[in-house]
Parts: sequence; C-alpha cells; structure tokens
Amino acid sequence: MSPGTLEKNGTLEKSGSLDKTATLDKTGTMDKFDLKTLISVTADTIAAHAEELTRLDQAIGDGDHGLNMKRGFEAVRAEADMFATKPLPDALKAIGTKLVMTVGGASGPLFGTLFMALGKEISAEPDRANLMSAFGKAIEAVAARGKSQVGQKTMLDVLQPVHDALLQGKTGSEIADVADSAADATVPMKALRGRASFLGDRSIGHMDAGARSTALLVRAVAETIEGQA
Amino acid sequence: MSNVGIVIVSHSPLVAEGTADMVRQMVGDEVPLAWCGGNGHGGLGTNVEAIMGAIDKAWSEAGVAILVDLGGAETNSEMAVEMIGEPRAHKIIVCNAPIVEGAVMAATEASGGASLREVVATAHELSPS
Repeated sequence: MSPGTLEKNGTLEKSGSLDKTATLDKTGTMDKFDLKTLISVTADTIAAHAEELTRLDQAIGDGDHGLNMKRGFEAVRAEADMFATKPLPDALKAIGTKLVMTVGGASGPLFGTLFMALGKEISAEPDRANLMSAFGKAIEAVAARGKSQVGQKTMLDVLQPVHDALLQGKTGSEIADVADSAADATVPMKALRGRASFLGDRSIGHMDAGARSTALLVRAVAETIEGQA
Repeated sequence: MSNVGIVIVSHSPLVAEGTADMVRQMVGDEVPLAWCGGNGHGGLGTNVEAIMGAIDKAWSEAGVAILVDLGGAETNSEMAVEMIGEPRAHKIIVCNAPIVEGAVMAATEASGGASLREVVATAHELSPS
C-alpha cells in the first residue's frame, strides 16, 4: 500500500494496525508506517495489562485470558521481522494464524479470525472504502466464529462501535475513547456467550475481558498511528 | 479403516484420555480414535494444532466426528477444521453432545459401519433441543 491512497483522515483501526502505511494526517495524506512498531505497541499493551485481563476473566470466566493473549502477542512480536516483509494481506493472515496457534482458549480463534478475515478482505493497496469494508467483514467473521452478535457482552461490543466511529471519521484519540467507553458499557450487560453466560445474571457488573483487550489494542493502534501522523 | 473416526477434545487431558479409555472399552480398535486436551503449555485449555494432529491420527475416509466439552473446545475445533480445509473439511463434524456420552455412543455407532451422518445424529440425540 502506498501513501496517500486514503481520502479522509481518521483511518485508525485494526487493519490500520497492521498496515505499513495507513497513517493519515490532518490533511488527509498517509505517512509511511512501520508494521513492526504496531506489533510492538500491541504486544506491549497486552503485556502491561495481562494481570488486569486475567482478573477480569477470573471474575466471570476461566481466568486465562491475560496469559493467553500475552503468549499470542509475544509470539507475533517474536516474528515481527518476518511479518513485516510480507504484503499487507499476507501479513494479516499470517498474524491471524499465529494468534490462532498460540493464544489458545476461545480467544485464539476469535482474535485470529479477526486478523485472518482482515487479511482476506483487504487489498494490497487499500483505499479508505476497502479498509472500512474489510474491517466490517472481519467483524462479521468474528461474529460467525463466536456464533455471537452485538449486545452479548463480548469483543463485538467494542469492535462494532469502533467501526462506527471510523465511519464517522473520528480521530485516533476519539476512537480510542470510543473503544474504552464501549468496553465499560459491557459491565451492566448480561453475558450470553462463553463461560460468563453460565453465570447468568451474576455476569452483570463485570467488564468482559475480551472487550477490554480489544479496547486496549484499539487504543494502542489508534494512538500510535495518530502520533505518527 | 473404513469406519468413521472419533476425536475427543477436552480442556483437560485427563478428561480427554479418560473418555478415550471408555470408548476403547466399548469398541476396541474398530474405530479410529484420538484425543487431545490442555493448552499445550501444561494448563487447562484447547489447542488448534493439537486438534489438527488428533484429526490426522483418527482420520478415516468415512469422516471424523469430534466430541468437545466447553465453548473454547468447540471454537478451536471449528477453527482446526477450517484450517485443514477441503477436501477433508466437509468430512469432519463437530458434534453438539455431552463429551463422554457422545463419544461412547458415537463410537459404538461408528463401530457398526454407520455413516458420518448417522454417527453424528446418534451423538446429537443426547442433546436437548
């Protein structure tokens, strides 16, 4: 993907996270962006919050989310150089596969599917429309993998508002805030998927761990890209 | 072997192995059988790579029925089937059934030479709805 192919600013999402060049500045041009940096900041934020994610998962799940996510993102970090040599679609698919193989739990297939589907849908030199469409399709793929939908106290409850915010052309920091608010909004929800659903009403009052990790990833990516713009 | 194969996927290797023991007691070596359990790092969980390996081990041209315990086992098994891809993927079915009872009943059905569809249907009869 080459700089300057996007029309508007605010392209700051997961596909952007793995996009070497999808950085938009205020004038609407994209700067070169380093995939390795994005891999590094996402692995950093997961590592820094691993214990928090585990605590959230212990409250209403099986308590392995922090450790699992950390293992997966460190595995991606370990091969960052290799991913960075690939064209964008191939890099995303390879990162997704790596997450599937290393994260474990239900999160491995779910986060892995997000990246694999992005890689499948995105073009090598995506414009804004392609990025938006690919992210939308990736969210659909995650919903299908988890047999879930928005409102069931899952990562989808962050992904969908982030997608909406992107469509609205919000800035990176605004999108990061949208993601945090969306994760907070899972607290009063009743879990309808995953282990937390076994708790029924007792799942109410706790944040979904997958929603929190998704928001962490979104913030890391959005702020990094904004900082580069 | 022409009989349908059975794969058991539990978060716990002890549950998976114990279930496989119960299946063996019922059908001996008449059914290709493999199990996996654990996250691959010594903890509870399921692992796509291990599931793909178990499917290979229990592979039969008649197909493979997978019995799982909790959600992650199902999601990871579905992921494994997708990654194996065609031409084998359409012959691998993740059953909606209790893992122990489902494995024993599915294997018993398979040992009589039943089709994949019949084996899976037998397991599904154990689940309400």
